[in-house]
Amino acid sequence: MCFRKPSVIAYAAVVGKAENEGPYGGEFDEVVEDNKAGSDTWEQAESLFQQRAVKHVLRKSGLEPDRIDLMIAGDLLNQCVGSSYGLKDYFIPYLGIYGACSTFAEGLLLSAALVNAGYIDTAIASTSSHFSTAERQFRFPLNYGGVRTPTAQWTATAAGAALVGFSGKPPFIRAATVGKIEDMGITDLNNMGAAMAGAAYDTLTRHMKHRGTHPQDYDVIITGDLGQVGSDLLYDLFQRDGVSLKEHHKDCGLMIYDRATQDVHAGGSGCGCSASMMCGHFFKRIQSGELKRVLYCATGALMSPTVVQQGGSIPGIAHCVEISSEAGG
Amino acid sequence: MNISNEEYGELTKRRSHNSKLCKTVPMAFLIGGLICTLGEALLNLYGMAGLNKDDAGALTSITLVFLSILFTGLEWYDRIAQHAGAGTLVPITGFANAVASPALDFKSEGFVLGLGAKMFVIAGPVIVYGISASVVYGIIYYIVGLFTK
Repeated sequence: MCFRKPSVIAYAAVVGKAENEGPYGGEFDEVVEDNKAGSDTWEQAESLFQQRAVKHVLRKSGLEPDRIDLMIAGDLLNQCVGSSYGLKDYFIPYLGIYGACSTFAEGLLLSAALVNAGYIDTAIASTSSHFSTAERQFRFPLNYGGVRTPTAQWTATAAGAALVGFSGKPPFIRAATVGKIEDMGITDLNNMGAAMAGAAYDTLTRHMKHRGTHPQDYDVIITGDLGQVGSDLLYDLFQRDGVSLKEHHKDCGLMIYDRATQDVHAGGSGCGCSASMMCGHFFKRIQSGELKRVLYCATGALMSPTVVQQGGSIPGIAHCVEISSEAGG
Repeated sequence: MNISNEEYGELTKRRSHNSKLCKTVPMAFLIGGLICTLGEALLNLYGMAGLNKDDAGALTSITLVFLSILFTGLEWYDRIAQHAGAGTLVPITGFANAVASPALDFKSEGFVLGLGAKMFVIAGPVIVYGISASVVYGIIYYIVGLFTK
């Protein structure tokens, strides 16, 4: 789908200590040094991260909550409690979504579509993830001495939110492609990158085919959190078509941490990973014109520990949003 | 998709590296060995203090379990384990960590449905199958005993 009008009016990222110690430290709107954020539970802490991100967006846009028509948010937790508890006090009409780590792109895409169609004037897309809540829900207790495999990724403790509407100013959301569910038959829940790379390939390929573009037409093609394994597999898949992607590609999972000094194995992951990198790093550069045309393809592993234990595989999904410093469809 | 799952599985295998055994195995040996040496030292110490062999052995286990739980609570155990791997997993300290860590983690859901219910979420299967195996062993031992008298 192509859009004519919507742009990202304001954006904000809130990250934890480790994320701020990564290569892009200092670019985020707020750093919460205590990962528990003074809360009693990790789930409350994650909600607080997302609440803070939206608060910064409202502050930066100068709009009161009653001027926002819609909020589209989701996270990794069961019933998306990071979003619902974090955003309940804003009293903004709310739609909850689940796209695993692709949630932020899904939120941006839906916001842009609804704004472009004229149904609403403003929408906030918001998401969060927290290392401790994700570990508790999907893997092992925090202080358990099990060793992660080299293909495992580290869930980012971060939140990102963006306000989409009409401002006539960049960054403009110009097009988007909704991902298909791609099940590549991966059953290893410590290899999310492999589960998602196929979906990223499919969505990016369809998007560029539809737009009549090639990787070199973009300043950068950003994937959500494929990590090292997923990125390598994505290059392999494009290579089969004779397309070289590597020199045009960046992966938020490989950017957010310093893998040489921070023990994150194959890279970062989680909804907050690409949301905070977009809202902390990329949007500003598109706004200033330093980056003119960017593809943001957030990837999600639609993983259920129950189904994996039953022997099921892990389907992946990827949604793609084209963002530009210039307006137009 | 223009690739079969089998073909993709092959690609994935090629791109997914395993742990570096040349690094992890010596570390597991070193730290696991240190824990066992500590156990031996405690056993000798308790023996020197006048305890008989059985009591000294029991007290050694209790001490190691206590230390493991203390280290788990201080958030040190998992940090050491990231380097030690099987070295901290295999000794009795690993079992204590597997019980203590979910107990700490799920305390936030209450003492009954959280801590109490989730405490054995990792160690539970070891206990279930450990006891089952010991029952099977006991039956075999009994039957063999009947014929060898």
